[in-house]
Amino acid sequence: MAHDSLYAAPPTVEAEPGAGRLATLRGLLGSWDAAVVAALVVVVLVAGLTVENFATGRNAQFLLLDLVPLALIALPMTLIVITGEIDLSVASMVGLCSTLMGQLWLSSGLSLELICVLVVLLGAVLGAVNGLFVTGFGLPSLAVTIGTLALYRGLSFVVLGDQAVADFPADWTAAVVRNIPGTSIPVVLVPLLLLALVFGVVLHATPAGRALYAMGNNDQAATFTGVSVARTKFWLFVVSGAVCGLVGIFWTLRYASARGDNATGLELTVVTAVLLGGVSIFGGRGALLGVLAGVLLLGVLRNALQLADVDANALTIVTGTLLIASVVLPNAVADIRARLHRRRQRQPVAS
Amino acid sequence: MSAYRRGLRVGATSLTLAALLLSAACGGTTRDNSGNDAAGGDSQASGAANPDAAIKEGLKIAFLPKQLNNPYFTVSDNGGKDAVTEIKGEFKEVGPSEASASSQVSYINTLSQQGMDVIVTSANDPNAICGALNQAKAAGAKIVTFDSDTKPECRQIFVNQVTAEGIAENQVKLISQQIGGEGEIAILSATANATNQNAWIALMKDELKKPEYSKIKLVTVAYGNDDDQKSFQETQGLLQSYPNLKGIISPTTVGVAAAGRYLSGSQYKGKVKLTGLGTPNQMRQYVKDGTVDAFALWSPADLGYLAAYAGAALASGQITGAEGDRFKAGKLGEFTVGKEGVVVLGPPTVFDKNNIDQFQF
Repeated sequence: MAHDSLYAAPPTVEAEPGAGRLATLRGLLGSWDAAVVAALVVVVLVAGLTVENFATGRNAQFLLLDLVPLALIALPMTLIVITGEIDLSVASMVGLCSTLMGQLWLSSGLSLELICVLVVLLGAVLGAVNGLFVTGFGLPSLAVTIGTLALYRGLSFVVLGDQAVADFPADWTAAVVRNIPGTSIPVVLVPLLLLALVFGVVLHATPAGRALYAMGNNDQAATFTGVSVARTKFWLFVVSGAVCGLVGIFWTLRYASARGDNATGLELTVVTAVLLGGVSIFGGRGALLGVLAGVLLLGVLRNALQLADVDANALTIVTGTLLIASVVLPNAVADIRARLHRRRQRQPVAS
Repeated sequence: MSAYRRGLRVGATSLTLAALLLSAACGGTTRDNSGNDAAGGDSQASGAANPDAAIKEGLKIAFLPKQLNNPYFTVSDNGGKDAVTEIKGEFKEVGPSEASASSQVSYINTLSQQGMDVIVTSANDPNAICGALNQAKAAGAKIVTFDSDTKPECRQIFVNQVTAEGIAENQVKLISQQIGGEGEIAILSATANATNQNAWIALMKDELKKPEYSKIKLVTVAYGNDDDQKSFQETQGLLQSYPNLKGIISPTTVGVAAAGRYLSGSQYKGKVKLTGLGTPNQMRQYVKDGTVDAFALWSPADLGYLAAYAGAALASGQITGAEGDRFKAGKLGEFTVGKEGVVVLGPPTVFDKNNIDQFQF
């Protein structure tokens, strides 16, 4: 589980005297990943045994389909959060891409294939705007993307107003919810897993991936090691936008409806899943496997609680509590470990 | 920095190339050649109805409103609960905390997974929940929509609260009674392009052409944009521009409440009549202080009650949702299924000082 820890810290920091504490952190990181995976297994087992209708193929299909947008956006979000930034405009980009897809289909006469390509490109442009503000003008990504969260959502209502476009061809809308023949696993899981593989390899097995952790730990130190911080971050935002374009297409076709309020509020669920998966909100640590486990854990919990007739407000409370726990717990444990470590170091001196 | 620029250029070029290649490679599905066989859903009325079939006991009936904690839907769902209790079924209410179509889909999937006999829902989007509803139908559930419909092929029955004609007829009759059958009236609407408001206003104009209303003159239609402040000011403006105004119709809950507030604090209180579509809780004080004689709205509780009975009748095989099917809905009496599976609750309920205290919504 802790394979990422090899790359977790940039060389410059490793040489500093605080390396002991970092080692503890990295140990903890591994255990957090393992804890999330273990929690996932426990929740699946408990739900399978106690919640009626949970352990069926049809339910697996429903559950996985609901998770696809979340998992897709979580991929670039993981990388962005690891560099110490955040992109809160993702759900609004999905909404805007969805309405533009609807508007293009309604009035442009272009083929749907071309529209899909245009929508992904458009997503990339929206992401580039975020990236430009963050890296070009050096503004904090939190502020920038809260701004574009509102801006893009507003624009998506400008594109279609309170109307919806719904007359997409039936074979397209059926295709996105179709299962792999003979199974109850949706076909869209294949491109999702391929993308996850690409992101995983880039993050954990390339110098570029290592550079992301370096940036998250210390921007300036990373610059001195020859990493182009601004350029990398810019492209991460572009990728995030392009993935949101993909999700916009998926969302529109799955619900056969392009409308301005599509995916509202999704950004919070994505951030929750990423943090739950063990990525530090302060940047510098986290692993993709943990995030995927976090996405699944969140989805399985929601699905099982819904099947058990737990009401919507309780679901929201559960999500909120998980988010707080995933931020507070690793920090608290790290703090305690660091204190123990210091005491152990001090003891020989005292005696 | 030059490396940065070069990176940008390479990235942009490759993206464009990829786009061109992709679009050239595919023949393309366009709006014109996609065939748009949207009516792919199975015909809504399948099998034969047996009007003599008894309502089954123990039916599992679930209500999925647009959102939970919305007073309107709480009242209608409770009406549904009363009906389900009467027929000895199992009632359940689930729903999202925000009114979005995608979260309704997830609840519909859950309900179909739980093997519900009937799903009664009010759609946040006429198309978005269709796929999920069709899957639930395929799994054996009967689908009834109320208040807000989906596409007709996605459900068996839509319980409509009231027809546009019913509203127009009711509103004109109310104002005519209140102003004594003659004088100038005005309409205070919501927004200038609200579909249902405009349909109602057009029908009201037709209704006013009837001989019994020949002495009533509609002088203007004002728009309060369903905004309390704006509706308040528009009311004020109407009374200043038309000194002979005898009555105002405001067929929107926001407008009628704002107009009531203005009139009750002005010299026109009781002299200029006001009616419209409002909720008893908002209008109670204006009815009690004499500003408003009577206004109307459908009863959300009856709406839920009827929807539950329609679902039970479907699940028991009494009806299939075909035009002309008839079923009994407890205390509300007998109903007939109209075109495209629509059942109309009936004329709106009129509220005045004698009955308003019986309604809490």
